Amino acid sequence: MKITFPHMGTLDIILSDLFTRLDVDFVLPPKTTTKAINLGVKYAPEFACFPLKVTIGNLIEGLEAGADAVVMVGGIGPCRFGFYAEIQNKILHDMGYDFEMITLEPPMADIKDFARKCKKIASKKTLWQILQAVRIVWKKAVAIDEVEREVLKRRAFEKNSRDTTVAHKKGLAVLKEAITPYEIKEAREKALSLINEVEKDLRRCPLKIGIVGEFYALLEPYVNFDIEEYLGQKGIYLERAVYLTDWMGPSKKNSVMGIDSDELAKAAKPYLSHFVGGEGQTTVGHIVKFAEEGFDGVIQLLPFTCMPEIIAKSVLPKICKELDIPVLTLIIDEQTGRAGVITRLEAFIDLLWNRRKKKLSAVGC
Amino acid sequence: MFICVNWSYNLGVFTKVGGQMKIGVPRALLYYKYFPLWDAFFSELGAEVVLSPQTNKRILNLGTEAAENEVCLPVKVFYGHVLSLKDKVNALFVPRIVSVEGGAYTCPKFLGLPDMIRALDVDLPQIISPTFDLKLGLWEFYRSVYELGGFFTKNVFKIIMAFQKGLNKLNSFENLLHDGHLLNEALTGRFSPAPRGPLRIGVVGHPYNIFDSYVSMNLIERLQKKDIRVLTAEMVSPEIINEIVSNLQKKLFWTYEKDVVGAVFHWLDTRAVDGIIYVLSFACGPDSLIQILIEHEAKEKGFSVPIMPIVIDEHSGEAGLVTRLEAFTDMISRKAVKEKS
Repeated sequence: MKITFPHMGTLDIILSDLFTRLDVDFVLPPKTTTKAINLGVKYAPEFACFPLKVTIGNLIEGLEAGADAVVMVGGIGPCRFGFYAEIQNKILHDMGYDFEMITLEPPMADIKDFARKCKKIASKKTLWQILQAVRIVWKKAVAIDEVEREVLKRRAFEKNSRDTTVAHKKGLAVLKEAITPYEIKEAREKALSLINEVEKDLRRCPLKIGIVGEFYALLEPYVNFDIEEYLGQKGIYLERAVYLTDWMGPSKKNSVMGIDSDELAKAAKPYLSHFVGGEGQTTVGHIVKFAEEGFDGVIQLLPFTCMPEIIAKSVLPKICKELDIPVLTLIIDEQTGRAGVITRLEAFIDLLWNRRKKKLSAVGC
Repeated sequence: MFICVNWSYNLGVFTKVGGQMKIGVPRALLYYKYFPLWDAFFSELGAEVVLSPQTNKRILNLGTEAAENEVCLPVKVFYGHVLSLKDKVNALFVPRIVSVEGGAYTCPKFLGLPDMIRALDVDLPQIISPTFDLKLGLWEFYRSVYELGGFFTKNVFKIIMAFQKGLNKLNSFENLLHDGHLLNEALTGRFSPAPRGPLRIGVVGHPYNIFDSYVSMNLIERLQKKDIRVLTAEMVSPEIINEIVSNLQKKLFWTYEKDVVGAVFHWLDTRAVDGIIYVLSFACGPDSLIQILIEHEAKEKGFSVPIMPIVIDEHSGEAGLVTRLEAFTDMISRKAVKEKS
């Protein structure tokens, strides 16, 4: 059995590592490009959300490369994501591919089923061995996210453009090679120090922008036109609401971002008082938190027709008015062009600088 | 008197100071599912239920202007109804219906609806938005009912009786549907003779799209004028739907989509209809995926029954619909004649 899976940010690094440890035969589909998107758009339903289209493109490329099984994550609603695997299964089979779909439903729903599926993927290992491997890889995943968090913060200060990006790549390469927990710890330190060593201009007083939204649009740089790097090079200090491990891990404790999900729900309550699936409520919570922490603005990223994020967007006018924080919503689908996104970002940055100048002159600086 | 009203608002109890309490129910979304229940419940508790008018151009325009661009058409229509009602009532009823059965949700939009309405930048009357979540069990459900009734009276017995009466009304309404009456006729109580023609077309989709005659551009009347018998998902008995849905590979976690899938699969199996029209609203999340399930099933069954999806949004034109309907009905009647000979 040769397994393939869709891309999402650094997920390929983590899963490749896990599958290698578990002695699983797998094919990595080529990185997401226009080709994958075009394939997905061609075969996915017209107004399904964008991640479904892109992941179908990934899977087609993976199956073309010789895979005969697909691993996907399921869900119990109400967000559409929970039904992705089923729909992908139907579409790809209708296209004539012969493969097996292994859907990992959340373990809270059916722990036995989860264990059985894990055993199916890693047939050569025992459940205990799988658990151990997952625990070690988890550490690595958290380390990767922590490095990413630092990159987002520090890029605003770099003296020479792209230095931080290069250091990040080097750091990731070091982390990729790490095997034992001790090595992972060492590699993490190494990666962080690489980023720290980048020449910095600490006199800068950058704009602070928080990035929130739907996880796929946040985590997959090809889909969001790598706006994080673009903003960083414009000298903007960034903080992101969702990291890969926050999304994969138990929802109670937000390990990388550092905010508890209960705390977020509490922050969101005056504006969105009920869970609405996906990241809807956490997006609102994060915006409120960013506003409280004195960020200059927030950017919300969402794929076209994403239900939970549209609900969050609908309550935004009230938040912006009451908390006095500008929010730019970027909606992404296959029709979105990079130039359009960049223009809007530039306008947003100008607006934020003007606001800051006004605020400073108001206090007499 | 004004102070008195204000004071009672603060207590959370509406008294009948200054006339009967007027509660506004927007004629949109779940109105088409549960209105008989709400109507009986509120009337029994002494409130006057004010319904918004039938959807018209003005209401749709109000809604599209106020709502976010990206929300689906029925939610925009809901916004329009809320705005058209707001000055005529003391309170608006916008429930948060999270789930109506164990293990399934309604739709994310229904989960966030009261918050979306509250975020509107206009002066709104008080919004009554109890949370109904049957996934949490009957106890929690009845607590929500009590909370809702608490706006009018503190008498538990009265609230339970009113709710029971509402449930009875809802039951008889649903029985009318299972007997083969159209939803809008069952709601209004005005029954017209059904066509007797040989062709039967199944119309599926959300009731708030199909039975809102402005949104669906009189789809059902148009079919009936051609002497076509119209069947809807509400007419398929819940037992059949549940059985079909439980055989699905993955459990559906949207309640209202179960009806669509169940009805279509049932019709494909039994060939109870000559054609199926599937009405979807643009940007409807669940529908976009359910469409694939249905197409896949139709393919497996060898396309025995033709299916035509119709996607509607605020830009849909009547002429386009008429053309497609005519082509579809012509094709079906030709097919029927061919199969007979």
